[in-house]
Amino acid sequence: MNSSGWIQLILYVGVLLAITKPLGLYLCRVLDANGKTFLDPVFKPLERLTYKLIGVDPKQEHDWKRYAAAMLLFSLVSMLFTYAILRLQAMLPLNPQKLGALSEHLAFNTAASFTTNTNWQSYGGEGTMSYLSQMVALTIHNFVSAAVGIGIAAALVRGIARHTAATIGNFWVDLTRVTYYLLLPICAVLALVLVSQGMIQNFKPFDSAALVEPFTVQVPQVDAGGNAVNGPDGKPAMTDQKIDTQTIVQGPMASQVAIKMLGTNGGGYTNANAAQPFENPTPLSNFLEILAIFAIPSALTYYLGRMVKNQGHGWAVWAAMFALFLAGTLVCWHYEAAGNPNFAALGIDPADGNMEGKEVRFGIFNSALFATITTDASCGAVNSMHDSFTPLGGLIPMLNIQLGEVVFGGVGAGLYGMLIYVVIAVFIAGLMVGRTPEYLGKKIEPYDMKMASFVILVLAFSILGFTAWASVSPMGLPDAAGKATDGTNNAGPHGFSEMLYAYSSCTGNNGSAFAGLTANAPWYDTTLGLATLFGRFAMIVPILALAGSLARKKLVAESAGTFPVSGPLFTSLVVGTVLLVGALTFVPALVLGPVVEHFLMHAGKLF
Amino acid sequence: MKTIAKDILAALVSTLLFAVVLCGLYPVVIWGLSQLLFPHQANGSLIESADRRILGSEWLGQNFTAAKYFHPRPSAAGANGYDAASSSGSNLGPTSQKLIDAVKQRVADYRKENGLAAEALVPCDAVTSSGSGLDPHISVKNALLQASRVATARGQSMEAVKTAIAKFTDAPSLGILGEPGVNVLKLNLALEGSIRD
Repeated sequence: MNSSGWIQLILYVGVLLAITKPLGLYLCRVLDANGKTFLDPVFKPLERLTYKLIGVDPKQEHDWKRYAAAMLLFSLVSMLFTYAILRLQAMLPLNPQKLGALSEHLAFNTAASFTTNTNWQSYGGEGTMSYLSQMVALTIHNFVSAAVGIGIAAALVRGIARHTAATIGNFWVDLTRVTYYLLLPICAVLALVLVSQGMIQNFKPFDSAALVEPFTVQVPQVDAGGNAVNGPDGKPAMTDQKIDTQTIVQGPMASQVAIKMLGTNGGGYTNANAAQPFENPTPLSNFLEILAIFAIPSALTYYLGRMVKNQGHGWAVWAAMFALFLAGTLVCWHYEAAGNPNFAALGIDPADGNMEGKEVRFGIFNSALFATITTDASCGAVNSMHDSFTPLGGLIPMLNIQLGEVVFGGVGAGLYGMLIYVVIAVFIAGLMVGRTPEYLGKKIEPYDMKMASFVILVLAFSILGFTAWASVSPMGLPDAAGKATDGTNNAGPHGFSEMLYAYSSCTGNNGSAFAGLTANAPWYDTTLGLATLFGRFAMIVPILALAGSLARKKLVAESAGTFPVSGPLFTSLVVGTVLLVGALTFVPALVLGPVVEHFLMHAGKLF
Repeated sequence: MKTIAKDILAALVSTLLFAVVLCGLYPVVIWGLSQLLFPHQANGSLIESADRRILGSEWLGQNFTAAKYFHPRPSAAGANGYDAASSSGSNLGPTSQKLIDAVKQRVADYRKENGLAAEALVPCDAVTSSGSGLDPHISVKNALLQASRVATARGQSMEAVKTAIAKFTDAPSLGILGEPGVNVLKLNLALEGSIRD
């Protein structure tokens, strides 16, 4: 944990803090159907045209049920759209590498995963997806799933801010305005800056480079029909293959990467995601990518404060998120810098930390920071391989996801997730002082608590339920996934961690992985796809119900016994609630995976 | 029922409209501006020889094994390493027997190739695979330990090789972000005289 890391951390936090208020004020305008922005001259005509074409009256607001129905129908239709493109990929244009169609289970998994803002990838991007699939089938969800999330957060905030009101906003207006006024312009600027750093943006076929030092490898000999040939000794015959070229991936990457970060989607253009040098060429591009992840979630806390006319509350929520972010970053950084004792025993410089799965240009600090941020939020892009982290370094990303990704969180999803914890926190505070719990002048009643509890339970049920099934079912064994046969999967507690991480990541709509698990098998594709759908929609619907319930309530006057929702006491209570609920739910599973692996690693036990 | 039908229609039309704006117009505008403003980067930062053959990309590492070249990090991309069409890390965990066995072998090889003492500390990046399997860089420490081998194999002075290392070391962005790294492909091409810079 060197001084350069500390300086970079302070710089990151400083810039994040500096953009929170201006971007938050801008969000207030975007999320108001009548709000005026400096981009009106460009986008107002497009916005009007959109309403006209889709037949929506922007002045009309809806109750929570209509909002939820529109959101669900839109998600279903856009998911089918993506599924259809992926299944028909081979017949569609913009496919210079002549890639084939995706299987049913992979197309379902991918469509569910992108619709839910998860971007879990059971495939390797550059070898599976045509330019059209990347650009249309996937990128559309990067935008609209982010816009949906921000819309839901805005609907919940409206529910909190309003009283005796029947409506919480218009889904179509939120979707349209967030997409045009917020996501599109920021992405356009970000994409160009990323290109200046070395990211590709073109439509040409892959290039082929002539290697400076060609080499020869032994490959199994095949006949004209593609069948393996046996030599005279009866064993498969081998033949020399000269490797003298390197394929250089090309395509429209920057436009997609900008929204994948800003929209906290995280789905990589390439298999190695933001570790692949084109996808994250320099430490500056890395800085901008992680700033893009937290920018909107951080600004949304300011939006919350402004809307409920209690800026102290907004900052108290920000502070709770920041405390959890800082703790996670420091723990992850510490254990990655401390490195793997098995490496030190071999004579590797212990000062270098654990560089397995990390890139030289990012080093230990930026890899640990990226891993913490991408899982605090529901982003899931990675610039290093979490699977190769030390056990406790890798525990942080997993725990971040299991806490519900409320540490700034996904765009919109982070705020509405955190507000569920806030409701639970004021409920606990109310019980402690023996009063009916109140939140910003609203009585929190049994119906509200049922909805909040439901959200917490969905998370636990889906993560732990599916992991348990995968652990005991033959379909969840590594060889059912296909990789144990060649021995590349991880055995022992690390194998369990891979499954736990996979269901955490999908339920939490994160999308990062302990990627040693070969998930592109029918059972994993299907269950992981279902986990993404539960994790998204089984949470959003009760959250919208809560928004509707809060909007209808009457205001009660503040009294001396009202628990203040700003200040350090409130922040500590929220942090405590997040940790308590998360810890009680997931500690037993974490002990079986990363914690036990940590002790076995120090005892020198290998698997 | 009527509102549901209306919402389904709105969902259909909006999906198609967003596909046109976000998946058609947006990437094409970014493409146009990128090609205009940053054509070198937007097309893959390709390195070309004097006769216009593509030798590689500044950002993608390549395999080098001969003594006269600097060696990149081990790579898990593709079956033979540095396959830029299938970027990947090893995804082996910290208690994997396979990982520790491989690293042990690499440590021994690294010490032997570079004439290091049996107890000399080996840089971690030299014996571990990167996240992408395409890491274009090695640490400065790693490059300096390889310098005498390369100088001997090429019959060049240590001075000249060390100057080349310094020249192809990418400094942290803005002076503080990230870690310095030596670009192996560019360094080797320069030593070979294939590119001027």
